[in-house]
Amino acid sequence: MGEAIVITSGKGGVGKTTTSANIGTALALQGKRVCLVDTDIGLRNLDVVMGLENRIIYDLVDVIEERCKVPQALVKDKRFDDLLYLLPAAQTSDKNAVNSEQMKKLIDELKQDYDYIIIDCPAGIEQGYRNAVAGATKAIVVTTPEVSAVRDADRIIGLLEKEEHIESPKLIINRIRPHLMKNGDMLDVEEITNHLSIDLIGIVADDDQVIKASNHGEPIAMNPNNVASIAYRNIARRILGESVPLQQLEEENPGVFTKIKKFFGVK
Amino acid sequence: MNRKQNVTIKGTKDGLTLHLDDVCSYEELKKELNQKLTESSRSSEDRLISVMVHTGNRYLSEAQEEEIKELIRQKKNLVVESVRSNVITKNEAEKLKQDNEILSIARIIRSGQVLEVPGDLLLIGDVNPGGTVKAGGNIFIMGALKGIAHAGINGNKEAVISASVMKPTQLRISDSLTRAPDDNVEEGKREMECAYIDEDNQITIDRLQVLMHIRPNLSKLQGGF
Ligand SMILES: Nc1ncnc2c1ncn2[C@@H]1O[C@H](COP(=O)(O)OP(=O)(O)OP(=O)(O)O)[C@@H](O)[C@H]1O
Ligand SMILES: [Mg+2]
Repeated sequence: MGEAIVITSGKGGVGKTTTSANIGTALALQGKRVCLVDTDIGLRNLDVVMGLENRIIYDLVDVIEERCKVPQALVKDKRFDDLLYLLPAAQTSDKNAVNSEQMKKLIDELKQDYDYIIIDCPAGIEQGYRNAVAGATKAIVVTTPEVSAVRDADRIIGLLEKEEHIESPKLIINRIRPHLMKNGDMLDVEEITNHLSIDLIGIVADDDQVIKASNHGEPIAMNPNNVASIAYRNIARRILGESVPLQQLEEENPGVFTKIKKFFGVK
Repeated sequence: MNRKQNVTIKGTKDGLTLHLDDVCSYEELKKELNQKLTESSRSSEDRLISVMVHTGNRYLSEAQEEEIKELIRQKKNLVVESVRSNVITKNEAEKLKQDNEILSIARIIRSGQVLEVPGDLLLIGDVNPGGTVKAGGNIFIMGALKGIAHAGINGNKEAVISASVMKPTQLRISDSLTRAPDDNVEEGKREMECAYIDEDNQITIDRLQVLMHIRPNLSKLQGGF
């Protein structure tokens, strides 16, 4: 039986879709069978980031409304040998086309066939959010080092803690700019982790290559040498239970790792 | 002829005290009370006289209590100061207990969450920005207060708020309110602080240690040590 992980944030545009695509890719690179599920109905874009847009035939709403069977709607990523699939969101329907029970049933079905189901959640705390968390057993909250994003992350963590079927959520701090953080112009990793008091599962640098790669439909995690790619691969390894030290984003600052180590909560 | 009195009236320097018998029927009691009051209110004085009512071991429902008060008020210069009874209902006792209880809760109150307790609150955790804690009594926060805390929500102006790290967005005590200064300097100060309403009716923040002087009632220890 697979594990279903929802990637959520509260605030929009902090990197949920990017994170979903890259964690999925990195897990597939580790040989796991992965299904990505885009629940951002009406605003789908996980397919674009994965470069799979032109292969879509059916979508999530078609599956829910039984116009097709689940396997028919899954788009296979040919770069991976039968390991990585995407269930795209519908572009035309609105998010009320699907309810939580239907979502849960669908995810439970996918769990039979895949090691990991990575669920990309829409921004906000409405029906779309409820659908995305309905079938999940784990959650990753993505934030950026900005006060407003951290505030929304806090709100989402509060909601996730009420979901009895979901384990205590883990935190990713995305789009870190080491020099700003070092100068105190950005909230630092320790500050954010202390404030939210949940386990940190990874930090990802802000890197232009991430945007470039997404625009080419080739997630950055495919690139073995990029700093953000390594971050996503590390996160995947931590999900698999490995204990991987936190990336040092700046050479001159060896303190970060020792300070942060204690926040790791890898299972 | 020497019938037992159901209503005894005593004059004190503060007014009148009415002792109501707790064995006779309520109807009998009302009748006799009315009679006695009519007899004794013939005095020509028009100074207001305050009346204390003792009902002994009789429990008066709210409606009955109101009826008795009304009966007394109808006599032109009497005002009811208080109605006291030796007994309360289980519900009232339960509420009294809750109102005087310290509830300890180990949790982080996150953005969008509200925690409310009837008595005192001991929070083992933080209140994050956007989060709110409310208490009928005092609030003691072992972690950081970064959101809103409202003590004495039912009007208790004596209530206090204290926190290990006092960085609230807003503090409220009873119906007074204060918000964080716009410039949040003062980093590095790492001392437990408290907030209370001072003599000028303003919320003041001070070192925790001042509480023992300005709110001695916070000590619940009997007998000393
Ligand atoms: N680590 C990073 N470095 C640089 N750019 C990034 C990084 N992570 C995300 N981005 C960029 O930020 C933008 C928003 O990312 P993304 O679409 O993943 O966010 P989202 O949370 O899914 O947004 P929405 O709430 O709209 O669904 C994209 O242009 C993406 O390429
Ligand atoms: Mg998205």
